[in-house]
Amino acid sequence: MTDKVNESRRNLLIATSVVGAVGVGFAAVPFLKSWLPSERAKSAGEPVTANISKLEIGQKLQVMWRGQPIFIVLRDKKLLDTLTGLKDRLKDPESEESIQPDYAKNLPRSKKEGLLVMVGICTHLGCSPKTYSEIVPQAFDADWKGGFYCPCHGSTFDISGRVFKGSPAGTNMVIPPYIFVDDDNLIIGVDSLEGGA
Amino acid sequence: MGKAVNSSNSSSGLMGWIDARLPVTKAYKEHLSEYYAPNNFNFWYFFGSLSLLVLVNQLLTGVWLTMHYKPDAEQAFGLVEYIMRDVPWGWLIRYLHTTGASAFFIVIYMHMFRGLMYGSYKKPRELVWLLGMFIYLALMAEAFMGYVLPWGNMSFWGAKVITQLFGVIPYIGDGLLEWIRGDYNISDATLNRFFALHVVALPIVLLLLVVLHILALHTVGSNNPDGIEIKKNKDENGIPKDGIPFHPYYTVKDIFGVGIFLLLFMFIVFVKPDMGGLFLEHDNFNIADPGSTPEHIKPVWYFTPFFAILKVVPNPLWGMIAMFSAIIMLFVLPWLDRSEVKSIRYRLLPFKIALFSFVFSFIALGYLGMIGWGDTEKLVARILTGVYFAYFAFLFFYSKNEKHKPIPERLTH
Repeated sequence: MTDKVNESRRNLLIATSVVGAVGVGFAAVPFLKSWLPSERAKSAGEPVTANISKLEIGQKLQVMWRGQPIFIVLRDKKLLDTLTGLKDRLKDPESEESIQPDYAKNLPRSKKEGLLVMVGICTHLGCSPKTYSEIVPQAFDADWKGGFYCPCHGSTFDISGRVFKGSPAGTNMVIPPYIFVDDDNLIIGVDSLEGGA
Repeated sequence: MGKAVNSSNSSSGLMGWIDARLPVTKAYKEHLSEYYAPNNFNFWYFFGSLSLLVLVNQLLTGVWLTMHYKPDAEQAFGLVEYIMRDVPWGWLIRYLHTTGASAFFIVIYMHMFRGLMYGSYKKPRELVWLLGMFIYLALMAEAFMGYVLPWGNMSFWGAKVITQLFGVIPYIGDGLLEWIRGDYNISDATLNRFFALHVVALPIVLLLLVVLHILALHTVGSNNPDGIEIKKNKDENGIPKDGIPFHPYYTVKDIFGVGIFLLLFMFIVFVKPDMGGLFLEHDNFNIADPGSTPEHIKPVWYFTPFFAILKVVPNPLWGMIAMFSAIIMLFVLPWLDRSEVKSIRYRLLPFKIALFSFVFSFIALGYLGMIGWGDTEKLVARILTGVYFAYFAFLFFYSKNEKHKPIPERLTH
């Protein structure tokens, strides 16, 4: 060993190492990307369309998207009016802690005021709540204003899926991304017609 | 060391032929017959060799289980039942594997507690400790993925909740979640990759880490209940005066430990393999069902202390940060403890109280992580989480100018 360093050889060595490291980086891509959902999984998770032309007030239409039930509920002014007076009884009235697209982070939690599109899964442990859209006293709540009740552990939600205090569930039910194609048809699972959730 | 090898008389015969090509005799001497360990090892020093034994058990029974199992969401649950009922001796091989998983964590926790007690993580054994912590991490990943394979309902929901942790990371969470699961939910794709990792990738990592752990240990030498370096007192041949060759002295001692361990272990395997729902959870005797959630989703007992720390924080992101911090604190322990003594034997009461509180909080959090919570449980869990983290803070400040009992020159017994 001598103390003399051959500068040009040293530079060549560094350049080779850098190119090699970049190569390793590129080689890692297929291995990392192979963990992403496969084409089969993706097509099974494609957006779904729903036709709401026959939906009546208070009625629930259910479609499946990515293995989850999607609730589509048509609300009239009477049901929507119940939303304003509930603030003190709700855990997350402004939906700050809950999951929804920005366009559904409002009082009715929807794009079109009257139409609720929601993942029908209780945020407690994933059961699917039942719909009680009539404003009549119920066994689980004498002052019922219409909404959803989970039979598993008794979580209650208002007609926009916001969770009541005293429920085991901590946050409001999830609103999925969706768009309207026309007045009667909507696509669940995308934010825009170009695609991509 | 080179001198000792050259003077060996194994230069002829079959061993000589082999030694000229592969350093078998050299390695045998370095790691067994001429590895000098302190002569005062006690009960707590059984657990290193026992964890090796359990590792071998897991590898052997694991390989045999793969001969009858398929990582297919349609078949997996049924195939585990098939192993239990129809495969000759399948029940025993599976129970050895499931009980072995819990036994692994028992011996590892004892082994780690030994390190905390006698300061085995301290200089010059920082790398031994760090490599050990990486083994612990790999083991947790291994156990978690193994738990998913029977595809019971707790497998499914446990996997869902634990992978969901990565979903709370801002910006990349959703994408990361799909990347880990390979689908929009826990599915066949998830089961397949967990199988690959559990059976191929992680065991290779574990074995490599175990080899490095032992190599690092044999470079610095074993600590002991007195926390004194035996290498400071050597005789004229360069052998530590308080050291004895690992083989035959400690091989014999460890075999005795193996005997007692197997007695207890096989008793559980034969008599109480589910340990009353602790080692095999009752909810997992139902097939995975995305539409039906178990009453209390909880991990197996060895994860519950960290699960409790996750649950005490209301915000999921901070909960995850708290949980991972609880593990990371252990990694930096060698640099938090600045005391000049290692062993609890020569440290004073404040350290003993702190260590006791730490162990107590860990065990109590483990219990709380298994049960449903009311307000009282939540409050107690918060206090215990505080105690857990306070140990590290206390140690950092207390150990700076720690007073201690006089340390002897030579080992005591």
